[in-house]
Amino acid sequence: MIATLLSGVRNDILFTFLAMTFNKGGILGKTFSEKILGLKAGKEVQAGEVVTVSPDYILSHDNSAAIFEEFKKLGTRNVKCPQKLVIILDHVVPASSEQYALNHKIIREFVAEQKIQNFFDIFFGICHQVFSENGFALPGKLILGADSHTTSYGAFGAFAAGIGRSEVASLWATDEIWLRVPETLKIEIEGKLPSGVYAKDVILKIIGEEGADRANYRAVEFTGNAIKEFSLASRLVLANMAAEIGAKNGYFEPDEKVLQWLKERAREKFEVITSDPDAKFEAVLKYDISSLEPQVACPHTVDNIKPVSEVEGEEFHQAVIGTCTNGRFEDLEVAARVLKGKKIHPKVRVLVIPASRQEYLFALKKGILEILVSAGCVILNPGCGPCLGAHQGILAPGEVALSTANRNFRGRMGSRESKIFLASPATVAASSIEGKITDPRKFL
Amino acid sequence: MKKGRVWKYGDNVNTDVIFPGKYTYSVLEPEEMARHALEDLDPDFALNVKPGDIIIAGRNFGCGSSREQAATCLKYVGVQAVIARSFARIFFRNAINQGLPALQSEEAVDSIKDREEIEIDFSLGEIKAKKGVYKFSPFPESVLGILEEGGLIPYTKKKLETK
Repeated sequence: MIATLLSGVRNDILFTFLAMTFNKGGILGKTFSEKILGLKAGKEVQAGEVVTVSPDYILSHDNSAAIFEEFKKLGTRNVKCPQKLVIILDHVVPASSEQYALNHKIIREFVAEQKIQNFFDIFFGICHQVFSENGFALPGKLILGADSHTTSYGAFGAFAAGIGRSEVASLWATDEIWLRVPETLKIEIEGKLPSGVYAKDVILKIIGEEGADRANYRAVEFTGNAIKEFSLASRLVLANMAAEIGAKNGYFEPDEKVLQWLKERAREKFEVITSDPDAKFEAVLKYDISSLEPQVACPHTVDNIKPVSEVEGEEFHQAVIGTCTNGRFEDLEVAARVLKGKKIHPKVRVLVIPASRQEYLFALKKGILEILVSAGCVILNPGCGPCLGAHQGILAPGEVALSTANRNFRGRMGSRESKIFLASPATVAASSIEGKITDPRKFL
Repeated sequence: MKKGRVWKYGDNVNTDVIFPGKYTYSVLEPEEMARHALEDLDPDFALNVKPGDIIIAGRNFGCGSSREQAATCLKYVGVQAVIARSFARIFFRNAINQGLPALQSEEAVDSIKDREEIEIDFSLGEIKAKKGVYKFSPFPESVLGILEEGGLIPYTKKKLETK
């Protein structure tokens, strides 16, 4: 009835009114993070409080062997909740040395011994993509992972944060961890993405404006009309790189697109948790992307952002299209659109790494990979590839890479004397034709 | 309480320059990790650092990866504590979980010079330097217990034993 009475009134005003009606007694509305951590802690909590909680899922990857070493020191034999563990091998797959092979072997033996059901061996792909595809990334779940880009699952409305090895070992044994309830920064993104500009450009712009530590210890909630138009793959780019402004977790309110995607994938029941309309945010940061141009992160920090027009002409030796940030079908598809019927510059080598077997297969069926191979790209198996400098395309001293990854720290992809630029798949593909950084819009 | 010599660095010292990713699965022993500490930031560091030395840095120390070796390598190379304007959240947790004190003090970062000898009084929460005495933010209770046990693994072990 209230809704009928107020029809014609803007939705946000209506919600505020309703929230005030139901929040009599002076209790302020709560953010998503306050609500989910309160639910997990079994009490009302506010930002700043420290709670002890049990996660729904605990992710680890090739670091599981090192975590197992720590776990053994605890003097306990069995993992407390083996059904919560999700172990995905992706960092150095297949093993590139005897050392890595042994590492994987130890993990497979641990998985068998502890009867870990959710184990994904080297043929599945990058943990964040595989975790999502397999329906673990669900709204209202608390997910902790031994990887800083665990923030990705916020794209589906989960509370997902990265933690360290000792903490995962301790979680395996006790199923308990302390977390500080974060304050929340709301990032409102309005406007329509111009042609040739993508989610990657949006998040790079935000990181450049806000700096690498703007969201340290904080949650980030992405809202705004622009976000509603974003595909899930594009939302994953933002949630993934929320880590690069220091965020504990990134969050998107789940909408119909998310529910649709989860229909055939969700592992279990879930409950959508959202921020109250009168929730208290630490700050609201507004962005209009209508006239955004392609962005590039320059060496050696992710917040060293310039518009592509200021970096054009920068020569490079190796391009990477892939990673947990930009290795999905829509990324490969846009690269193919740019590279169709073209040849990559003879002085550059282009590595393409689909994020998962599913994305790989889809791109294969759609003829995307044929276009990329014809243009001269090298297709690598799904995995982290050279992103963290462990294998598959290490940089020599003096070499420069242009990558769709999320980090460009000094030495990350190899030599301390190498450099990394970061950009969208379109920018990387277009630049690969010219052998130097270029604006992709002229190829689209 | 031991005096320590200061190694001073800037803002956003990230995990890749503290402990390069290429070693994450090939360098497994803490003593070996120590030999690579700050390798891509300051190659002289691991060669010349002495047990008890202290790192002072700007904002967002330890940003980037969740790799705990970034804290482990500093602890095992003998670093007594890291003092910074702020820490990236995962590094902060990892440092505490390795039993490596991560202290926040704007004043100390502003005033203390590279290679200066300073003293840290953990019970009083004070950093004693040439120019003055600086307070650091006290630890929340949740982390104090872990630090007192020398890290999360011994802390959890003890907790499991007393259950």
